[in-house]
Amino acid sequence: MKVLMFGWEFPPHILGGLGTASYGLTKGLAQQSDMDITFCLPKPWGDEDQSFMKIIAMDKVPVVWREPDHNYLCERLGNIMSADTYYDLRNHIYADFNYMQTNDLGCIEFSGRYPDNLQEEINNYSIVAGVVARQQQFDIIHAHDWLTYPAGIHAKQVSGKPLCIHVHATDFDRSRGNVNPTVYAIERNGMDHADCIMCVSELTRQTVITKYGQDPKKCFTMHNAVYPLPQEIQDIVPQKKEGEKVVTFLGRITMQKGPEYFVEAATMVINRSRNIRFCMAGSGDMMNAMIDLVAKRGIADRFHFPGFMKGKQVYECLKASDVYIMPSVSEPFGISPLEAMQCGVPTIISKQSGCAEILDKCIKTDYWDIHAMADAINSICTNNSLYEYLKEEGKKEVDEITWEKVGLRIRKLYDETIEKCK
Amino acid sequence: MKTICLYFEIHQIIHLRRYRFFDIGTDHYYYDDYENERTITDIVNRSYIPALTAMLDMINNSNKYFKVAFSISGVAMEQLEVYAPQVIELLQKLAETGCVEFLAEPYSHGLSSLANGEYFKEEVLRMSKKIEEVFGQKPRVMRNSSLIYSNEIGNMAAEMGFDGIVTEGAKHILGWKSPHYLYKSIENPNLKVLLRDYKLSDDIGLRFNDSSWSEYPLFADTYINWIDELPKEEQVICIFMELCALGIYQPLSSNILEFFKALPELARSKSISFSTPTEICTKLKPVDSIDVPYPMSWVDEERDISCWLGNQMQREAFNKLYSVADRVRMCSDKMIKCDYDYLQASNNFRFMTTKRTSVGLNRGIYDSPYDAFTNYMNIIGDFINRVNRLFPVDMDNEELNSLITTIHNQSDELELKDKEIEKLRARLKKYEPDSSVVEKAEKAVTAVKKTAAKKPATKKAAAPKKATADKKKTETAKKAETK
Repeated sequence: MKVLMFGWEFPPHILGGLGTASYGLTKGLAQQSDMDITFCLPKPWGDEDQSFMKIIAMDKVPVVWREPDHNYLCERLGNIMSADTYYDLRNHIYADFNYMQTNDLGCIEFSGRYPDNLQEEINNYSIVAGVVARQQQFDIIHAHDWLTYPAGIHAKQVSGKPLCIHVHATDFDRSRGNVNPTVYAIERNGMDHADCIMCVSELTRQTVITKYGQDPKKCFTMHNAVYPLPQEIQDIVPQKKEGEKVVTFLGRITMQKGPEYFVEAATMVINRSRNIRFCMAGSGDMMNAMIDLVAKRGIADRFHFPGFMKGKQVYECLKASDVYIMPSVSEPFGISPLEAMQCGVPTIISKQSGCAEILDKCIKTDYWDIHAMADAINSICTNNSLYEYLKEEGKKEVDEITWEKVGLRIRKLYDETIEKCK
Repeated sequence: MKTICLYFEIHQIIHLRRYRFFDIGTDHYYYDDYENERTITDIVNRSYIPALTAMLDMINNSNKYFKVAFSISGVAMEQLEVYAPQVIELLQKLAETGCVEFLAEPYSHGLSSLANGEYFKEEVLRMSKKIEEVFGQKPRVMRNSSLIYSNEIGNMAAEMGFDGIVTEGAKHILGWKSPHYLYKSIENPNLKVLLRDYKLSDDIGLRFNDSSWSEYPLFADTYINWIDELPKEEQVICIFMELCALGIYQPLSSNILEFFKALPELARSKSISFSTPTEICTKLKPVDSIDVPYPMSWVDEERDISCWLGNQMQREAFNKLYSVADRVRMCSDKMIKCDYDYLQASNNFRFMTTKRTSVGLNRGIYDSPYDAFTNYMNIIGDFINRVNRLFPVDMDNEELNSLITTIHNQSDELELKDKEIEKLRARLKKYEPDSSVVEKAEKAVTAVKKTAAKKPATKKAAAPKKATADKKKTETAKKAETK
């Protein structure tokens, strides 16, 4: 089976959870021997893992006919794409895009991030997708998150193949209810055209059904998973101070993640204990407000902001923690608690997180219930049996959640969708 | 002749309230009064009153052919006294018929039998006394909370002088043996053991209203036939369940009481009698001894104690709770003793179980085992602080115990000495005219006082006897600490 996937991020150059999820899902799916996946990315860097799938760089796909020198072309494409693919794609240009701003190869440039002119990039991505869809042979289209929905729809219209969209988040999660009408329109349009909607949690599925008016019959819950930690990370020795406990929040410091609830709960704990420290790692638009709040509560001596972390740092920070907390107001899935549990860190998550649906060996509280949160933090820090139980059982539980299993479920949905659309 | 031994457990816990760790040290009230009142009145109205009334009718209508036994936990009794005294009255009426036996059980419905033998005995005897006060009969047979039984528990029951004990007829203990006989404890041949037939008991208590059960609907004649068809030698059929099985687990709309009411006549027609546990213990001879090295109970498929002590959280809570058992036993603070009874109830541990069971578990106010654990540990934290305030923390229990006995002995000793002084004084009066003798006698008196003064507790000798025993204790303890 051949799948054409549209994505926006891919490791190692990731900005959020989307890249990690796209990677895991594709790799899990690729474990099936007859799976042939082509993954379209706006701007690959060339160091992506291509062992299990083929990457098409959207910024190397010509939309305007140019005849560059062969050697020059090879030099420009580097190891990202072969010249033959370029020529083949060039044969499928379907309209005159000379009015667009293109480079000397006839390609549109992408930032591959989330720039201010995101709207324009999404549109361009969809234009390029038209060329790719005409050139590639595939059985089904799979579009990840709203940025790629227009591209998915375009590909569906060109090829007539069924479209699966994967809802990693909706704008209702990102904005606590104040949706951006443009984003909503794109999301809604994508869902309306999709033959199958995969949602990362039941929570998201309900949003898709109630807020976007989709038919429940085509909406499916497809929980995320995690990959086992590489040896190098497993070998990190936890840096722990004797007699001191560390509670960690790790993520974007933004409204969706509920950082202020964490600060309030921390205040309660700090006022009643002597040996617990708090750490809010990450950056985001609410960071300064949080620093202010911490100062206002008078707990700055035991509440720390180490800033944005990436790669190995994240795991070092997790391993040094005694409690991981994710008080998200609305989290479509939330992969980070799973990573914390892999590191053997007892985890507290909000009931409003999608991952709460599949996790059992962690403490769940309402995001607004700062008393329950403070109580849970204190309990893990003072009762060793609870700490040990959550540490061991949590790791066992999360080790059972694998992308291979998710891959099998997705495959089943593909088969059903293709059957349905015949 | 076959005989049916019916026994019902009456137990309801005192519900704990949401107790955050901020409350530790500031608020010592741990209970949810609203929830307590609501559940107990609900259960009383839907189950206890109709079931007990039906049984009273059954006894009267069958001309005392029908017999039944009950056990009540102390905590349930307290709640009934407060919220539903009519149930106690009904039970008293039942007791007057002479067809009802009351069994002894630990006051708190807790797990003290697994942790602290002394405390366990104290609890059982306290409950026994209470039963005697309220219902006018001294229990001869006991049951442990949730029918937990092991050889060791059997030993304790025998030491307390009980004739018998009721427990589960667990398959893993019985093996090929049948529960339909009277057994005895392997270590105490005088202690009879009655074993519950879990199949026949659960047919009523668990499956009666289950329409997916192959025997549904169950009629009284079928049920009595099952008993009648058992081999002739199998004579004792013990059917034990919670009283709230009639009305709560099996709603009244399932006609469970009609089923029940039909039993005596049908049994009589097959010449199957009803007996109370004591009657069985006195009339029958045990056929064999039963060896239970590890505790068993009537809970879950495993019939063991894993639903209370299965995970490390439960074990920590359990160890913390019973770490102060001796101190609570030694103290005389009524509030602490009372709280300890309420906190021990085994249900509190059940809320923390992480076992997956087919039967849906009602966790009360808690939404997860961790939540239950956190709440309970907060309360235990506060409770232990209160207990420790009564005694110095760094003194171990034995030392404390010996000190308390010393104080106790000394007050006895002082009393003796007081009497002696009185005597001497009386004798002195006789010799009144002879002043030199008077002086001598006076000296003797002071000498006695001096010897007493050497001992640490003697200052109290001068103090009025009114000073309460525990005040003495704390003061001596403080002195010992300063030393």
